[in-house]
Amino acid sequence: MLKISNVETFYGKIQALRGVNIDINKGEIVSLIGSNGAGKSTLLMTISGVNKARTGEIIFEGKNIEKYEPHNIVDLGIAQAPEGRRIFSRLTVEENLKLGAHANERGKHFNSDIKEIYDLFPVLSDRKSQRGGTLSGGEQQMLAIGRALMNRPKVLLLDEPSLGIAPKLVNQIFLAIKNINKEKKVTIFLVEQNAKKALELADRAYVLVNGKVTIQGFGQDLLKNQDIQAAYLEGGAKS
Amino acid sequence: MKPSSEIKSIIKDSLFTGLISLALFGPIVGLKTSSKGQGLFVTPHVGIVSLLVLACIIGRFLIGLNSLRKKEISFVSNITSTISSYMDNKGKHVAITGVLFAIVFPFLPFTDRYVLDVSIMILTYIMLGWGLNIVVGLAGLLDLGYVAFYAVGAYSYALIATTFGWSFWICLPLAGVFAAFFGILLGFPVLRLRGDYLAIVTLGFGEIIRIILINWYEVTNGPDGITGIPRPSFFGLPFKKFPEEGEASFHTFFNLEYSTMHRIIFLYYLILILALITNYFTLKIRKLPVGRAWEALREDEIACKSLGVNPTNTKLTAFAIGATFGGFAGSFFATRQAFVSPESFTFIESAIIVAIVVLGGMGSQTGVVLASIFLIGITEIFRDLEQYRMIAFGGAMVLIMIFKPKGILANRKPTITLKDHLNE
Repeated sequence: MLKISNVETFYGKIQALRGVNIDINKGEIVSLIGSNGAGKSTLLMTISGVNKARTGEIIFEGKNIEKYEPHNIVDLGIAQAPEGRRIFSRLTVEENLKLGAHANERGKHFNSDIKEIYDLFPVLSDRKSQRGGTLSGGEQQMLAIGRALMNRPKVLLLDEPSLGIAPKLVNQIFLAIKNINKEKKVTIFLVEQNAKKALELADRAYVLVNGKVTIQGFGQDLLKNQDIQAAYLEGGAKS
Repeated sequence: MKPSSEIKSIIKDSLFTGLISLALFGPIVGLKTSSKGQGLFVTPHVGIVSLLVLACIIGRFLIGLNSLRKKEISFVSNITSTISSYMDNKGKHVAITGVLFAIVFPFLPFTDRYVLDVSIMILTYIMLGWGLNIVVGLAGLLDLGYVAFYAVGAYSYALIATTFGWSFWICLPLAGVFAAFFGILLGFPVLRLRGDYLAIVTLGFGEIIRIILINWYEVTNGPDGITGIPRPSFFGLPFKKFPEEGEASFHTFFNLEYSTMHRIIFLYYLILILALITNYFTLKIRKLPVGRAWEALREDEIACKSLGVNPTNTKLTAFAIGATFGGFAGSFFATRQAFVSPESFTFIESAIIVAIVVLGGMGSQTGVVLASIFLIGITEIFRDLEQYRMIAFGGAMVLIMIFKPKGILANRKPTITLKDHLNE
């Protein structure tokens, strides 16, 4: 469904991605793990078209999208909940959600869509007229995911949804991600530093190191992989 | 810190302030050149300078003492915060009362021609402030060259009206269209710029327009400006004392005694209506997707992109719509003055409009009104001081920044539906 081949992205002269190859099939949850600075967020921003790939191809449903503008990519059905949530802090929760629906102008679905988001994250419904900036980190993450879902995406890109969030809420969010995948049939590409959670949830997973995919496989297999255990699951204490 | 050492530091601060003010006032106020017979002589004004410096020292000392009390500087701050909390609850009533007051204002007993003239000026600035608020307050694009659109509107109106002799109501939308076109013209090159860089380029744009107006003699008549711009008429009825043969004038048609006030009152209502249209439009568009996209773009451009908001179109519409209202205000200016020249469109105008928006509290419509009344009103009150009245203007800005650093009415507060949840 989404095929990334040999993608290289640069920030000026600095190369962030060094030929990344990733395949995402319809209906899957695919995780990408890696340490700080490995290029995970860059990859998501490259898929979304915010940063452009210098070389390589990104093919979505048979179309080359690596040259598309971000809003066209969203129109095709790839939405992102970006790193650090990036909530519009001075707009209300509901206004944030409305902005998610902005691109598609699917006005007729709007009310039912927003209700689905509120069913998924009831706390957002309680706070719909509160300003985004007054929410807790976990609530903001829910809002960011909900906002991306308002676009009715086929693929949802999630950038570190567990970042800076209380463990209890992390579980809730990962449960919601699973729900979104199973019930709404949205393909998920999840980028995480919390390797254990990400691998448990994923059908398949990739490991990104210094802008390159080094290991790939089924989520359950990677959980048992010794290299991964040493590097990501036990804090690197053994190595 | 002990109180005594705090007092010491306040005294130190005050003396330092005195030193700075001495350095500033010394040459500016203290040395006056005068020509007596042959040659130029310098007359020192020691008295005035020492008074000014003393005032600065005492002022700084009092501010310091006030902050010592750990309370907000109570009196003024209390008033303004009462106003803003009142506005949050009763905003609508206040707005309606304000509009009603503005409607009956020309017929109040104390309203004479001078007061009405000042009110027209304040309303013009309110309209400009509301127009710029779309660009700066909502879309977050700091535009320091807004006067350019004011100028484009004024000149388009002047040129169209003097060349073709069309009426105000035809020229007005045309001037708006021209201004919008220039808004897009400015918008394109600055799409990628943000913050300081954007401000610099817009500032340059404002100057470019003014310099073109000065130098393009064939069209704009250079620094001499355009004269004989037709005065507005009341739906075809001119405000003339002696209408031409077979033509009705405003006072003959309504059987009134002729008075120059008729035209002034008409102009007052004209700018009031234009300003209210601007306000109504802004309030409405804020609830539409494009208005929401402006506010989102102000907050976070990358998040906007990832949500599929097209930043190019969003920014261009903000520039174009903001410019349109600037153009309308410019048309009004041209028809009111019956004369336009590049002198009316210097950078200081842009600065005043930006000051009104920022001091009013970015994005707050009522704040713009209060800031306009305050800033323009104060400069008017001190008109007798001639060139020193800009000091009053600066002083007013400093006062607002001390007491209300986020503007008179900082951005609207959200309406909170479930209060219990806040305390979790």
